[in-house]
Amino acid sequence: MADIALPPQDISVVEGSYLENIGKHKGLAAWLLSTDHKRIGIMYTVMLFSFFSVGVVLGILLRLEMISPGGKLFPPEVYNALFTLHGVIMIFLFVIPGIPVTLGNFFLPLQIGAKDVAFPRLNLFSFYLYVIGSAVILTALFVNGLPDTGWTFYVPYSLRTTTGVTVAVFGVFIVGFSSILTGINFLTTIHRLRAPGMTWFKMPLFVWALYATSWVQIIATPVLAITLLLIVISRIFGIGIFSAAAGGDPVLYQHLFWIYSHPAVYIMILPPMGIVSEIIATFTRRTIFGYKAIAMSSLAIAFIGYLVWGHHMFVAGMSQQADMIFSFLTFIVAIPSGIKVFNWVASMYKGSIDPQPPFLFVMAFMVLFSIGGLSGLVLGSLATDVHLTATYFVVAHFHYIIFGGGVFIFFGALHYWLPKMFGRMYNKKIASWDILVMFIGFNLLYFPMFIMGYEGMPRRYFTYLPQFETLQHISIVGSWILVAGLIVMFVNLIHGAIKGPRVGPNPWGGTTLEWKTSSPPTHENFEEEPVVIHEPYYHEEALTR
Amino acid sequence: MEQQTLTEHKGAPTSYGIYVLIWLALMALTAITAVVAGINLAAFTLVIALLIALVKSSLVVNVFMHVKYEDKIFKIFVAIAGGVLSVIFLLTFADVYFRR
Amino acid sequence: MSEISLPESAKHTEHAGHPKKDVHGIKMGMWLFLMTELLLFSGMFLLYSAYRYFYTKEFHEAAMYTHTLFGTVNTMVLLTSSLTMALSITALEKGKKWLSVTFLSSTIALGLGFLVIKYAEWSTEIHEGIYPGSPMLFRHPRGFELFFAMYYLMTGLHGLHVLVGCGLLTVMLIFIVKGKITQEDSVRLEAAGLYWHLIDIIWIFLFPLFYLVN
Repeated sequence: MADIALPPQDISVVEGSYLENIGKHKGLAAWLLSTDHKRIGIMYTVMLFSFFSVGVVLGILLRLEMISPGGKLFPPEVYNALFTLHGVIMIFLFVIPGIPVTLGNFFLPLQIGAKDVAFPRLNLFSFYLYVIGSAVILTALFVNGLPDTGWTFYVPYSLRTTTGVTVAVFGVFIVGFSSILTGINFLTTIHRLRAPGMTWFKMPLFVWALYATSWVQIIATPVLAITLLLIVISRIFGIGIFSAAAGGDPVLYQHLFWIYSHPAVYIMILPPMGIVSEIIATFTRRTIFGYKAIAMSSLAIAFIGYLVWGHHMFVAGMSQQADMIFSFLTFIVAIPSGIKVFNWVASMYKGSIDPQPPFLFVMAFMVLFSIGGLSGLVLGSLATDVHLTATYFVVAHFHYIIFGGGVFIFFGALHYWLPKMFGRMYNKKIASWDILVMFIGFNLLYFPMFIMGYEGMPRRYFTYLPQFETLQHISIVGSWILVAGLIVMFVNLIHGAIKGPRVGPNPWGGTTLEWKTSSPPTHENFEEEPVVIHEPYYHEEALTR
Repeated sequence: MEQQTLTEHKGAPTSYGIYVLIWLALMALTAITAVVAGINLAAFTLVIALLIALVKSSLVVNVFMHVKYEDKIFKIFVAIAGGVLSVIFLLTFADVYFRR
Repeated sequence: MSEISLPESAKHTEHAGHPKKDVHGIKMGMWLFLMTELLLFSGMFLLYSAYRYFYTKEFHEAAMYTHTLFGTVNTMVLLTSSLTMALSITALEKGKKWLSVTFLSSTIALGLGFLVIKYAEWSTEIHEGIYPGSPMLFRHPRGFELFFAMYYLMTGLHGLHVLVGCGLLTVMLIFIVKGKITQEDSVRLEAAGLYWHLIDIIWIFLFPLFYLVN
């Protein structure tokens, strides 16, 4: 293996790591009251993956309902509750906060050579907003019977249903503010706290991705906040802002909802894209091809991503002119994504590739993200969308993008940075084989959905026609394989973090600043303030090749 | 770029006089809006009222909120906010305008 | 470009004594927050515009039921409060602590005055039978109810912001009196001032939209 090529490292136990308690608090309080960005990042990670596990269980049950036509497993109301909860938990509590609050919190200051984020106390406050908001959502959804609106809370149904929409929506509102405050914190951090010599174009690409993401967070989230607030007020006071009976326009709700929720897709996918750049640069021992193009395309995606929300509403009753404009803009947003994919592939050319687990995740990402992205174009064009909208095709499309693209890289990033976070290594052999298992499971689970959707299987139905039985069964088996892979992965990672063999500061030969400090980092991150001279992916040995 | 301002170049405080002057202008503009609204200019009434509002808000942003004296980055922030607002309105009206 | 130093504020609050503040960073954070506030209101402005476009005639007629006098007076109250806010910062920067306190107190007083007038206005209107779902609005065309729904929502949300602003400024007032905000360290007052001015700007746009369409 390539480990031999790495420089010898001091692997003695690190003194003064952030994992040791300092200050007046002891035990759990030393974590819960800490303003250290690293500890907050870890706390978020624990929270998020707890929610993720719940979401996965719900997803498995959703699939299981399809074991035979007719919905014999759960009654329809339970099925509605399952997909609503699966959506709300996965979207609002897992993928939207996602990488920024967990790994972003941990690695943004490290990558720019800072000691913490700009507003450490605000950071802790955001964390508690998130905790409170998610608690409100989860309890509210069960107050008045099972939730049944779907994660989009579309009017007029969300105004009419007697389930606990009011409080749930208010919970999402709180989580939204947590997201806004994190965005403000990160933007200020990136503007103000970069190490000496780190100019904008010497920032690692993950930092660029977080920068673009934070902009989307602070610009788009308030629109969702006000929209949800309007739902709350409409329900409490009976004001007919969106109700057609009072002259209101339900389509405007969808506009406002997607003005946020489409950019939110880029909140989910931009940070993973940044991490892909990091991993490729490290494991090809080569600088990234087209650094500036990738950095700028992050901003371009953030910007153009703001212009395409209408493609969720092609059949909602918008004007035809708007349909065409939004369809056109949707095709344009594919360009910066394409730029990134081509640059990543070009970066591997003539690199000395070291296929460690993080890199294998990137390989899986390339395939899944490309499938997801291209199927998105099918949905972006009007004529095909009319047939495919609200079918399994859409379900497959966004799972390929968000799960296959975003969350796979989330896993990859955990494999990449776990040695830095805990100073220990997981079992790499198990991890590598496990990626293959998850990749197979994933495709078995979701690819049949493209076919079923194309043949007319609508989403969110508790039952189906007998003709889909075989494909449904393949998909169910796929879900089991995927979950088996997930369980192995988490066990391997947790075991590695606690009991794995110790590693030095730079087990992968990475070039960005986080690899220049100890593993795990100390409370202050760096012994002395780093000074940046080279561009972020400067591999010395690459020059001698 | 904004790094240069790390050494805080805090200028002299803005004089009371400028603020009072701006306040007078704002009051006058408010009076004008109220008066113009009385005259029937059909569709132009709203346009004029909004234009005056725009002038008033730019006075507040530039002087009261100090953007005029601040770093370039704050001007960029204001521009981004304006850009985003116009995009949202334009695209939503791509639908609403043709749907009445 | 490269000869910069890391601002001290990056230190952990847990074990740092009294770190020097990154004044620029704090203002930046505030501006970014103001952008989110603006976007929050923009959602409602968007709704207003769309409905105004759908119900142009009804919106015109409904606007006649709002009280232009209340609106105009309130505009002037809020503009004046913005003036005293700015003056308060200048006074502090010139080292005149008690003048600053006086100006800041008048800002808070004007803000509360705004709310009192707003309350009187709403009560008058509700007394006249104008509120969402009222029988009086029911007799009018559909756009009327939407107009007043938007009216109560937008001025209500704005009023809430004024209330929060008053609270924030009161905290600042206490800080100045106690010497926690000083001539040398005035950035928190400045940040609070930015927030107050934004509230003013939003009202500047609400005013013509609800009071001046006749």
